[in-house]
Amino acid sequence: MRMLVTGGALAGIFALAALLSFFWTPYDVAVLDIAAKLQPPSAAHWFGTDHFGRDVFSMIMVGARVSIAVALVAVGIGMGLGVPLGLAAAASRGSHLDEIIMRGNDLVFAFPALLIAIMITAVFGPSALNAIIAIGIFNIPVFARLTRGAALSLWTRDFILAARVAGKGRVRISLEHILPNLANLLIVQGTIQFSLGILAEAGLSYVGLGAQPPTPSWGRMLAESQTMISFAPWLALFPGFAIVLTVLGLNLMGDGLRDLLDPRIRRARA
Amino acid sequence: MSLLEIRDLGVAIHGTPVLRDVAMSLGAGEVLGVIGESGSGKSMTALAVMGLLPRGAEARGEILLDGTDLRRLSEAQRCAIRGREVSMVFQEPMTALNPLQTIGAQVAETVRVHRATGRREAEAIARATLDRVGLPAERFPLGRYPHELSGGQRQRVVIAMAIALRPRVLVADEPTTALDVTTQAAILRLLRRLVDEDGLGLMLISHDLAVVADTADRLAIMRGGAVVEAGTAEEVFRERRHPYTRALFAASAHRPERLARLARTPLLEVRDLVREYRVARPGFFGGHDAFRAVRGVSFTIRHGESLGLVGESGCGKSTLTRAILGLEALQGGSVALEGEGVHAGEHMPRALRARMQVVFQDPYGSFNPRHRVARLVAEPFHLLDDPPRGAERREAVEAALEDVGLAPADADKFIHEFSGGQRQRIAIARALIIRPKLIILDEAVSALDVQVRAQILDLLADLSARYGLSYLFISHDLTVVRAITDRVMVMQAGEIVEEGRTEAVFAAPAHPYTRALLAAAPVLELSA
Amino acid sequence: MFRYALTRFVSLALSLVVASLLIFFMLEIVPGDPAAYMLGLNASPETVAALRTELGLDAGPVVRYLGWVSGMLTGDFGTSYTYRTPVAEMILDRIQVSLPLALLALALSTLIALPVGIWAASRRGSLADAGVMGATQLGVAVPNFWFAMLLVLVFAVQLRWFSAGGFPGWDAGLLAGLKALTLPAIALALPQASILARVMRSALLDTLGEDFIRTARAKGLTRGQALRRHAVRNALIPVLTIIGLQFSFLLAGAIIIENVFFLPGLGRLVFQAISQRDLVVVESVVMLLVFAVILVTFLVDLAYAAVDPRLRRPH
Repeated sequence: MRMLVTGGALAGIFALAALLSFFWTPYDVAVLDIAAKLQPPSAAHWFGTDHFGRDVFSMIMVGARVSIAVALVAVGIGMGLGVPLGLAAAASRGSHLDEIIMRGNDLVFAFPALLIAIMITAVFGPSALNAIIAIGIFNIPVFARLTRGAALSLWTRDFILAARVAGKGRVRISLEHILPNLANLLIVQGTIQFSLGILAEAGLSYVGLGAQPPTPSWGRMLAESQTMISFAPWLALFPGFAIVLTVLGLNLMGDGLRDLLDPRIRRARA
Repeated sequence: MSLLEIRDLGVAIHGTPVLRDVAMSLGAGEVLGVIGESGSGKSMTALAVMGLLPRGAEARGEILLDGTDLRRLSEAQRCAIRGREVSMVFQEPMTALNPLQTIGAQVAETVRVHRATGRREAEAIARATLDRVGLPAERFPLGRYPHELSGGQRQRVVIAMAIALRPRVLVADEPTTALDVTTQAAILRLLRRLVDEDGLGLMLISHDLAVVADTADRLAIMRGGAVVEAGTAEEVFRERRHPYTRALFAASAHRPERLARLARTPLLEVRDLVREYRVARPGFFGGHDAFRAVRGVSFTIRHGESLGLVGESGCGKSTLTRAILGLEALQGGSVALEGEGVHAGEHMPRALRARMQVVFQDPYGSFNPRHRVARLVAEPFHLLDDPPRGAERREAVEAALEDVGLAPADADKFIHEFSGGQRQRIAIARALIIRPKLIILDEAVSALDVQVRAQILDLLADLSARYGLSYLFISHDLTVVRAITDRVMVMQAGEIVEEGRTEAVFAAPAHPYTRALLAAAPVLELSA
Repeated sequence: MFRYALTRFVSLALSLVVASLLIFFMLEIVPGDPAAYMLGLNASPETVAALRTELGLDAGPVVRYLGWVSGMLTGDFGTSYTYRTPVAEMILDRIQVSLPLALLALALSTLIALPVGIWAASRRGSLADAGVMGATQLGVAVPNFWFAMLLVLVFAVQLRWFSAGGFPGWDAGLLAGLKALTLPAIALALPQASILARVMRSALLDTLGEDFIRTARAKGLTRGQALRRHAVRNALIPVLTIIGLQFSFLLAGAIIIENVFFLPGLGRLVFQAISQRDLVVVESVVMLLVFAVILVTFLVDLAYAAVDPRLRRPH
């Protein structure tokens, strides 16, 4: 419970910052103020300014928007496609459909998100959309495998046999009996993939395969800070902290949710 | 003085007492039977003797081995005694062995942990011990892995590990519960032989009075963490002083009163049923072989009849069940219910499905944990073209619950709020709610404690009389089948080898396999 | 064992074929006319036509695919359009940095993570365990390239123990080469080691709850003996899966980390190729990396069989 609250609070702060940035930021990140460039952290600029004089605190708020949006949509793609595929594979265990889905999964696993992003970018040019697609595709087999594995063990349970004796078909059983019993597992995994998505997005935008200028993103802020790290270390520190704390918060939330939702642990505690 | 003496043993886990003032004693060359239902504390007593209590457990009292209190020894001293002086055999042979090590290495390890012997000498002892427990070298070389052995063979390996150093006390916790009757009889004979040959003291723990009755010299009956009655087996069997002992004996031998309304007309007709599975053939391009799980089975169940189906694990009972229910396609033969053909697949007429229902063994896995009882019990209404709705549906659910001895208010609870016996009642209510003609009971009482089992058998007999239900009663437990069926079939390797009136088959079995089964089944002889 | 290895090998070959088809489709069919794409909008039709002929794009897709694959099988990866050098030579040059970096990081991560995970599991619930869990929780959350920047800040800029980047080449001596790869390898390895240590710990705790551990204890083994002799090897099975998966993360990570340390590896090659629209180079490098990932999956499958006798003799 403590983990869930701490994690939720950490991740919540950045989610709120992202939402708030739509209406208000301390400074406008689109306005360059060369006179105020490379200022260290101060009362006026809490996290300092960059080489164009932009306020780092404001940029981190706007950057949270990109990170969270990309990771969230990518998890949505992974779940939206992976879960139905996994359910279908489990419901038709051993059939050609199952075989095709699982082989396809193995194949996609051989393409790390970075390679997918490299190919898409080489053909279509860089954009935040590429990052979403690349991370989303990578998430599909993660959810498909998890769903299939857990669903297969549910299919052997007697209550599924009872539903079949009650004349229910595979689709209906998948939706009525299998999916609700997977919900906890999917929520926990969703949280973990969300945090991995934030890390992956940061990596992709760091190497220039993600969100493009002038949109601020945490990964690109780090890339730009690199040459200035010896005289303006705050440029490298604060976006990094933002990533670490968001990911840490989400991971803690995932662990907390697992403890809360796992019936084995709950029973042991009762 | 006895070899092992337990005095005033108490155990609490995280402050909750699970054992209170347990006392029992065991002499050399003696078998002490410890009997109790689940939760009676019998396994906890065993673990206390071994010094392997779970985390958070705290023990009091004395456990004396030849006068030395084991509880006063250091952990290092206890390790030196475990496996050499006091050994243990567990219930589940399928998981009791390390899957990654050979059986030879695992038996030899017992020797090498306690004695400074070389590998060769330890292996020689391991070999001799495996021979002793009935695993001869030519068929069971030391290099075998556990997954290459059957359950009974694995249990022999576990026993070999326990007795390799000829310990003085062996604790066996439900050592045969997971095994078939014939295997069970062989393992019990082996244990008795070791007691007689080595002068071993055996603490034999079981939920089954009949299993212990044949083997034990002394008995201790446990309930709720305490010993309610103890003495020589003869005394306990004769006197049965404690009411709980009497109840346990009565329930073990319970036979429900049955008022069968047998009709002449056939309900279910199975003709030459064949069910095959594809299995991979060895060799890379081997393709597939067909494994015949059910090989041409024929039988009939009449209206109001209760037919038993007996057989050991892997004989094809469960496959046959699924084929009858129309859940799996047949490779030959036919199944007809009241003259209408049953064909597998989702296109089987629902009205036909509605005439057959099923109750499974596992009271914990039979229900979707996320639905309330009302929804669980009402699930078969899916089979009706015009199912009752609203208040009418609720009434039907409540009536079904009352039929099986539960309260109407139970409809609003979740399944985890019920005990195993209550869950089995709910499973029966679910089967009953659309008034089927036939209920298939697939090991439906096997997971229950004897007293609960007796109540469920009474309930089944009562429902059959009231609603003219037919049962196909599938079980490995001969006593139960004898108590509840009119006719019985014996299945072996996918075939029905014997069929006849229950009493006739039990009195004069014709087929050698039936005779072997009956001889192996533990019987509780009640003189009074 | 042989049959199992053969089955896995066939699956490896099939995966490679399908993966190559996917890459070919993505980089040669989707762009429409790769030659026009590579030259950009301002190219004259004549130059485009010349490049088409040079790249052999006049042939049909089937012929081109077969040409590409048979070329790779004989070590001919085509010629880079921008550099006018054989791609095979460029890759050979760069892989001398990327592969040692990924392997060094994998070794480092495994060597740190397994003992730490075992140590934490054997002291379950203690302060040491809590410390390991906290540290790894943090380690999992740190992006490796940012961690790399911090390492540069501390060890190169402040302490001046290492140079901030660049690679002297293996000609400068093994030690000089290894020194240049030390910080990058640590940056790559530590976040992965955090994950691996957590997996090792939880796999070990799961195994310690198994029946056969209780059997081992009943034989007279101490807690530590039961852990070392019976639990660790059983717990390695899930750990192997993660090590296999980590290789692909490390490979991707290595490509990113090369940017932090200005290492002349495959990563820098491929990013330059992207900005110059040199599809020939991108195609070959991606295929090579996918090949590496699939090969590692195959090796992990073989390692399973080495650990688990149940896979050696399938029933």
